[in-house]
Amino acid sequence: MSRYRLDPHDLDRLLERLQEGGRVLIGPRLRDGAIVLDRIRSTADLPRGLTTVTAPGRQHLLDRADDALFGYEVGPDAAKRWLHPPRVELWRARKDEGGELFFEGTDEPPKYAFIGLRACDLAAIGIQDAVFLRPGITDPTYAARRADVRIVAVQCGASAATCFCASMGTGPRVDRGADLTLTEVLDGEPHFVVEVGSEEGEALIEGLPVKPVASTAPEEAAARAAAHQERQMPGDVRASLLNALESPAWDDVAARCLACGNCTLVCPTCFCTTVEDTTTLAGDAVHARRWDTCFDQGFTDLHGHAVREGVAQRYRQWLTHKLSTWHDQFDTSGCVGCGRCITWCPAGIDLVEEARRIGGSG
Amino acid sequence: MTAAALDLWRPVPMPVVSKVQETADTVTIELDARDSPVRFAPGQFTMLYAFGHGEVPISISGDPAHPERLVHTIRAVGRVTNPLVAVEPGQVLGVRGPFGTGWPVHDAEDGEVVVVAGGIGLAPVRPVFHALAAHRERYERVWVLVGARTPADLLYREELERFAGAHGFDLRLTVDHADDTWDGPVGVVTRLLEAADFDPSRATLMTCGPEIMMRFVVREALRQGVPAEKIWLSMERNMKCAIGLCGHCQWGADFLCRTGPVMRWDHAMHRFDVGGL
Repeated sequence: MSRYRLDPHDLDRLLERLQEGGRVLIGPRLRDGAIVLDRIRSTADLPRGLTTVTAPGRQHLLDRADDALFGYEVGPDAAKRWLHPPRVELWRARKDEGGELFFEGTDEPPKYAFIGLRACDLAAIGIQDAVFLRPGITDPTYAARRADVRIVAVQCGASAATCFCASMGTGPRVDRGADLTLTEVLDGEPHFVVEVGSEEGEALIEGLPVKPVASTAPEEAAARAAAHQERQMPGDVRASLLNALESPAWDDVAARCLACGNCTLVCPTCFCTTVEDTTTLAGDAVHARRWDTCFDQGFTDLHGHAVREGVAQRYRQWLTHKLSTWHDQFDTSGCVGCGRCITWCPAGIDLVEEARRIGGSG
Repeated sequence: MTAAALDLWRPVPMPVVSKVQETADTVTIELDARDSPVRFAPGQFTMLYAFGHGEVPISISGDPAHPERLVHTIRAVGRVTNPLVAVEPGQVLGVRGPFGTGWPVHDAEDGEVVVVAGGIGLAPVRPVFHALAAHRERYERVWVLVGARTPADLLYREELERFAGAHGFDLRLTVDHADDTWDGPVGVVTRLLEAADFDPSRATLMTCGPEIMMRFVVREALRQGVPAEKIWLSMERNMKCAIGLCGHCQWGADFLCRTGPVMRWDHAMHRFDVGGL
């Protein structure tokens, strides 16, 4: 893979290139006291000089001593928010004066480019591809957003206390799924090492002021990040959880779980949705889908009762789906080890610890 | 984005041509599907859309030999089924489908067939009766064992009796609570199964109804010696998309909208008794 050196003041050239042809650029920016993924236009929008302190149930922002643009740990958003949006209209139904029904599509998404995605985020896109782009069951809303996307990843050089991508085999090294990968080097004269991962990536940097460079900064950054990680998903989790379906250990986590669904919202792979039907003042009936959560009791409503009435049953569904049955469905774990569900759990519940405890692993 | 991909989410409009009141809260409606015939296997379902109210999964209850007439029996139990039951001929509904797996009407050939249904669970097996009748010579004895709460809750009663007479089905009916119109057996449908004189080694059993009913039906069938791989049931779960994308109908690793609703007992048995799965 070719490597180039890019000076920080030339990064805006790359951001401009990413937005050519009307592509909407999504990247990290500070909003509501957190670093989220949202529309950005230039490096002025990036979270310069900020870092994060992350633990189960919390993430704080702190100032850094340097001008790092990507010196923070993963925030609550992943590419899911844009490729599989929280709410999207599927169609509108219209009734004419004769009573005829017409169904019309309304979804005309923009083309997206992303900057700042981490190895876990790329793995999550791969998993959502497996969910939404199955042969014979292609989801048109996802496919339209996913097609022709551009991705500039950032190589992590540190890990949050909640990260465990190394044990899931998804990171911290960015080794697939990105058109370009940036490693931010802050020692000495700050610069980026740019790795090219695709023909599209090659086209993105063509004509930019980059110089070929022999650098091992990406590998060194990944090694530092990996060395920080203490959490490890047990290797036998897929089988051990299925063997523990009727364990009383689920009641213990249910006593702490608020069933708020935060974990499923921040999870970069959780894909469940519901549909909602509303009517416009003009009389059109809108059929929209929005993110749903298996922690909501209504998720399994049948007339008169819910199948998963208790929180223990709902937590069991989430954890066994994520770590066990996802393999049967999509030939991969549903977990990328990003740790977001731990960080954004208001009760600080740690799925690695729960998987170990409930599955009875050492 | 291809048109074919869009079709998975987008309904097709179909006018209601007739409506029959089956019981106090249940109707059978027929849709005109001549413009887009719905070729289905007995046991499959569609997503029916009531304008402005939403979609629900409803089993197809018609004759699979007539894909141009789409028939559903619907019980009014909620936000979408209430307006569906209230439709009148001439009104237009949206339809997606068919979806899901079907009953093993071909695998059941050259043997006896035992259908055990309870309540609205009769609706998803009604196409089986049509399929069996169409090729009656391919089957040995056909048992139709039906339970309902009261005589007034029995679906398709006249039609079943007519079918049984015309095609030689052994029809047995029971109710949980009798009234003065009833001189048949009183009790759970499992009793009819206990009393049915079929050869378990030559029988294929299909059951549809509340899970508690199916649990006892399967237990009795196994006790009589019907092999696990000759027992089939239909599972009901919440469904929003019917194409394996919304996640609501998951039961273990299964998306029941795709690998169900009809499934073989040996595929279901290891988790059927795990509560709240």
